[in-house]
Amino acid sequence: MEVPILKQGAVLIATFQAALSDADLNQLRRGLVQQVVKHRSRGVIVDVTAMDVMDSFASRTLREIAHMIRLRGAETVIVGIQPEVAFAMVQLGMTFEGVATALDLEEGLAYLIQKFKSVE
Amino acid sequence: MAKRESSSKDLGTRNNQEVELTRSEAQSELLRELVAHLRQNRTQLREEWVVRISETRLLTAMTKEEIFAEATSVYDSYVEALETETFEALQAYARNLSERIIPRGVETHEVVGIVLLLRDVLARSLFAKYQTDFKKLNRILDAYEPAANRIANTVAVGFVQERERVIRQQQEAIRELSTPVLQVRERLLILPIIGVIDPQRARQLTEQLLRGIRTNRAKVVVIDITGVAAMDVTVANHLVQTVEASRLLGATVIVTGLSPEIAQTLVTIGVDLGKMNTVGDLQGGIEQAERLLGYKVVTLPEPR
Repeated sequence: MEVPILKQGAVLIATFQAALSDADLNQLRRGLVQQVVKHRSRGVIVDVTAMDVMDSFASRTLREIAHMIRLRGAETVIVGIQPEVAFAMVQLGMTFEGVATALDLEEGLAYLIQKFKSVE
Repeated sequence: MAKRESSSKDLGTRNNQEVELTRSEAQSELLRELVAHLRQNRTQLREEWVVRISETRLLTAMTKEEIFAEATSVYDSYVEALETETFEALQAYARNLSERIIPRGVETHEVVGIVLLLRDVLARSLFAKYQTDFKKLNRILDAYEPAANRIANTVAVGFVQERERVIRQQQEAIRELSTPVLQVRERLLILPIIGVIDPQRARQLTEQLLRGIRTNRAKVVVIDITGVAAMDVTVANHLVQTVEASRLLGATVIVTGLSPEIAQTLVTIGVDLGKMNTVGDLQGGIEQAERLLGYKVVTLPEPR
């Protein structure tokens, strides 16, 4: 299932609807990295609220997406990680190092807006 | 030849069964006689038992009247169990009794002691009654002893089970009390940890904290471990994991109150605390959290 990418002002929002296959994740990476420059976006929010499990491939891909987007000149926030998922990830040593995280979409937006302001 | 052997074996078992039957019949006959004797001398034997209890200084937590009242019902249940050879009623009574006397501080050895005393008192009275007829005394004791031992067993097990149930309940209560996640300001939680942290408690703390972050939409959490005396590698690692998991939910964690001993231990065992935000005491931690959240605390000018 493909992940829809929405544009909201200077921010791109990608919301996971269900568990994703590896192919879907690769497609998401391609889509986001292309569109972030095409739309001149300054921030990207990836919402993973719907994910009950996060395997190592998914978490590695998300981290790569965040790092690639930074190289393309924008900031990424991953939002909506469930408490159980968070703890399971940490126990497996997957910690999204160097990637911003926030509680939910609202918080993620607030974080990015704060970030934009501090740059101006 | 083989056939005859097998048939004789059959005969043998049948004979055995008959013997078994008559023996158990005789046994219940004897038990009936025994019960009648115990019923007849109820008042006197009970008195004797109560005297023995106070002589040996058991059940000191209870008054004389209470002991007498309990002794009466224990005696009756005891005789009833002997008579019916069923132990359910006695078991229920033992549980009920334990429920009442455990909060009074009655110990296991006391309960076992009084039941054994009753057994001895009754055995003595049997000796006295049948001292002329040694054979009969033997048979009566054969019937009495297994039943009496089973009763003692039932009561003791009932008491211990009840005690264990109480202990489990208390452990549960302590566990519930021990992990408060408190909101002190909008979006600021504190988690004071006191006492020993074992892996189970650590897991519970983490669960409660992560859930608390979600429900209170917290941005900053202060974990205060002033009340934690020692910490081992497992727990320290767990603490680091909790900090990282909180970050994944978008909350910053500040750890306060690390004692010199814990600091020493952590440095020695090489736990990576680089990712952790640490402040000396709880006050400092809350102040830093307020700065992160953009609060500014000012003292009001003296009211006139």
